[in-house]
Amino acid sequence: MTVAPLVETKMRTIAVIGNPNSGKTTVFNALTGLRQKVGNYPGVTVEKKEGKILFGDGTEAILLDLPGTYSLSAQSPDEKIATDILLGRVADTPSPDLVVCVVDASNLERNLYLVAQVLDYQIPVVIALNMVDLAQQEGMVIDDSRLSTELGVPVVPVVATKKTGIPELRKTIAATTSMPARERRWILPRVVEDDILALCGRLQDAHGLREPEALNEAIDLLSGNGDGNNHSARLTEDILEFAERSRKGLDEHGIDRASVFVESRYQWIQQVCDRVVQRNHLSGPSLSDRLDRVLTHKVWGFLIFVALMALMFQTIFSWATVPMDLIGRGISWVGNQVVDVMPAGDLRDLVVNGALAGVGAVVTFLPQIMFLFLFLGILEDSGYMARAAFIMDRLMNKVGLHGKSFIPMLSSFACAIPGLMATRTIESRKDRIVTMLVSPLVSCSARLPVYALMIATFIPQRNIYGFISLPGVTLVSMYLLGLVAALLMAWLFKKTLLKGEAPVFILELPPYRIPTPKSIFLHMWERSYAFLKRAGTFILAVSIVLWFLASYPKREHATAAEQLNRSFAGQTGHAIEPLIRPLGFDWKIGIGLVGSLLQREVFVSTMGTIYNINDSKGSGVVSLREHLRQDVDPATGRPVFSILTAICLMVYYVLAMQCMSTVAVMRRETNSWRWPLFQIAYMTALAYVVTFAVYRVGLLIV
Amino acid sequence: MPIVPLDTLVPGEKGTIQSIATPAAPLRQRLMEMGLTKGAHVELIRLAPLGDPIEILIRGYRLSLRKEEAGSVQIEKDEQ
Repeated sequence: MTVAPLVETKMRTIAVIGNPNSGKTTVFNALTGLRQKVGNYPGVTVEKKEGKILFGDGTEAILLDLPGTYSLSAQSPDEKIATDILLGRVADTPSPDLVVCVVDASNLERNLYLVAQVLDYQIPVVIALNMVDLAQQEGMVIDDSRLSTELGVPVVPVVATKKTGIPELRKTIAATTSMPARERRWILPRVVEDDILALCGRLQDAHGLREPEALNEAIDLLSGNGDGNNHSARLTEDILEFAERSRKGLDEHGIDRASVFVESRYQWIQQVCDRVVQRNHLSGPSLSDRLDRVLTHKVWGFLIFVALMALMFQTIFSWATVPMDLIGRGISWVGNQVVDVMPAGDLRDLVVNGALAGVGAVVTFLPQIMFLFLFLGILEDSGYMARAAFIMDRLMNKVGLHGKSFIPMLSSFACAIPGLMATRTIESRKDRIVTMLVSPLVSCSARLPVYALMIATFIPQRNIYGFISLPGVTLVSMYLLGLVAALLMAWLFKKTLLKGEAPVFILELPPYRIPTPKSIFLHMWERSYAFLKRAGTFILAVSIVLWFLASYPKREHATAAEQLNRSFAGQTGHAIEPLIRPLGFDWKIGIGLVGSLLQREVFVSTMGTIYNINDSKGSGVVSLREHLRQDVDPATGRPVFSILTAICLMVYYVLAMQCMSTVAVMRRETNSWRWPLFQIAYMTALAYVVTFAVYRVGLLIV
Repeated sequence: MPIVPLDTLVPGEKGTIQSIATPAAPLRQRLMEMGLTKGAHVELIRLAPLGDPIEILIRGYRLSLRKEEAGSVQIEKDEQ
């Protein structure tokens, strides 16, 4: 009997790494085409993107897009994951057989810092020297074969946006299977070098570390202070003692241990650049510089920023409503077809009011999300996003946030879902979570129907000072309340729950570039798909559950109002009445609150059902207003609704998390239930306390 | 030439980095990795419209940082 040999069919894994703004994703896209999938690394929120690269000879390999990083010092989650992958420490991700380093030729010095670190890992490396055209425009000519000799690895000049050099890059990747034995080329001062080598040797002997791992560990041990980290748990007493002695010795030599490793690398890089880059002096400032003079100008800069934000807001807020209405109509058309075809009964109800309503809730968000990511993609890829953060940082700094938190908060005026997704550009995890926690406080478009109903019904059509209308002031107040609450809560969270990490703003301002439609549409598609897949399924499930709660238990011959009243949702409305009484709400509002947990605007239609309004004749809203005004509380004999109740209800809707879609997206974006649950809790508590206060104070005045 | 903190330069002024004096080790590490090492040349390009953060030219690229952080970077000013 013969045993089949274990044929080595394992596909090669190739990692693509590079600085932010180096065009890494464009190179990745050019190499993979559309064969990509996006996921998350286990346990962290860092996105995992992989694709397949096909070589000319029919073979293929897995291409892994590592997060854009400036270094491998493992300070941020992105850097840590990149380091762990290169060392083969991530579950379900094989350690790469080859690393493609994408280097921005027009910004060679700083880009080579990451390359210097990657080279120390002794994995085969191919350098994709990207944007050589831009470098040339800026008067830099790079001798790529000399660079290849200096670095000791292949260098392929490319212009990824124009696909120039991509076939050569593909060929070089296919041909590079091993790393020639290669000495570390950046040189440390003698005393440091001796200690590093000695420490490396000991680490290799005592812990069986491979050379690159030992070097990594040794640098870590000597540059730090021996406290913190998790060295002591993993390393032998002997090595810790040796490291302590070397640290003392180096300090006595007057070596700045924290900076010597970075400086030595940069010194080497400077020498390399001196040899390979030829600079021709250009006359006058670059185009980017001239643009920046306007776009970051004291006056023009602000005006243009405001205009761009207004355009984006306008697009998401109103233009997106056209496709949204179309989708809405499409869904109700399908609903009508189902009603025609299926026999009346529970199943039809489930399909129409549960499943289809859920699908509708999901897909109607799509246009907004796509428009938002179209805008964000253009802003990000053109380089303007960094300027927006530069302009807004001073203001956001006041509440302890980063300039980049501004755009997610602004997007949340349209809808918190794209807002939360827009926080991905924020590198600091804590800042990102704070921004996500407070963004849903900003009044989104789904609150508008509730505000509109309450204001039209209860706020008198009167002018203050002759020209400011009371309803208008009320509406603006609600929007302001949300914004102020968001900023205050952000400040509070940064002071308490998520403090620690100093808010650091160190941001590259890359040269302006014309974005490529392909990468923007790909980005838009990825985000929309991720939303449909992850959040969509959850929203659908919640919507079916809510349908069930509002439709069961069934009563024979009951009107819609009676049916709702006796349903689980209705019972819940009655059950929470004692809880919401202090806010001035009765059980009917309670049912409205329960019914609109999925989406705030459902409140309006739920009230319609409770008051038994037939909405088909188009006069529904008007008669709903009449019913609301005339409704009298049987217990007190006073109207259920007053101006105060209306205001309290609006305040409650400003602050409460009445949106399960946001919860679903929060769950997806933070990769845990902890933050979405905390968010529901704090927002509900905030809404309750503030509404209570408004009601009590209001009672004194009225 | 006098040694001054980076945030005190005015647009157009240039200098050479002498040291980064901040007790925050991660911040120091980050600044150095971005190229702000001893001996590197730096030019202050402009201030943001509200006066903070600042934009500098370092190792051929543009970097923006808050005055607070820039204050820890000591610069020897070039002769004008």
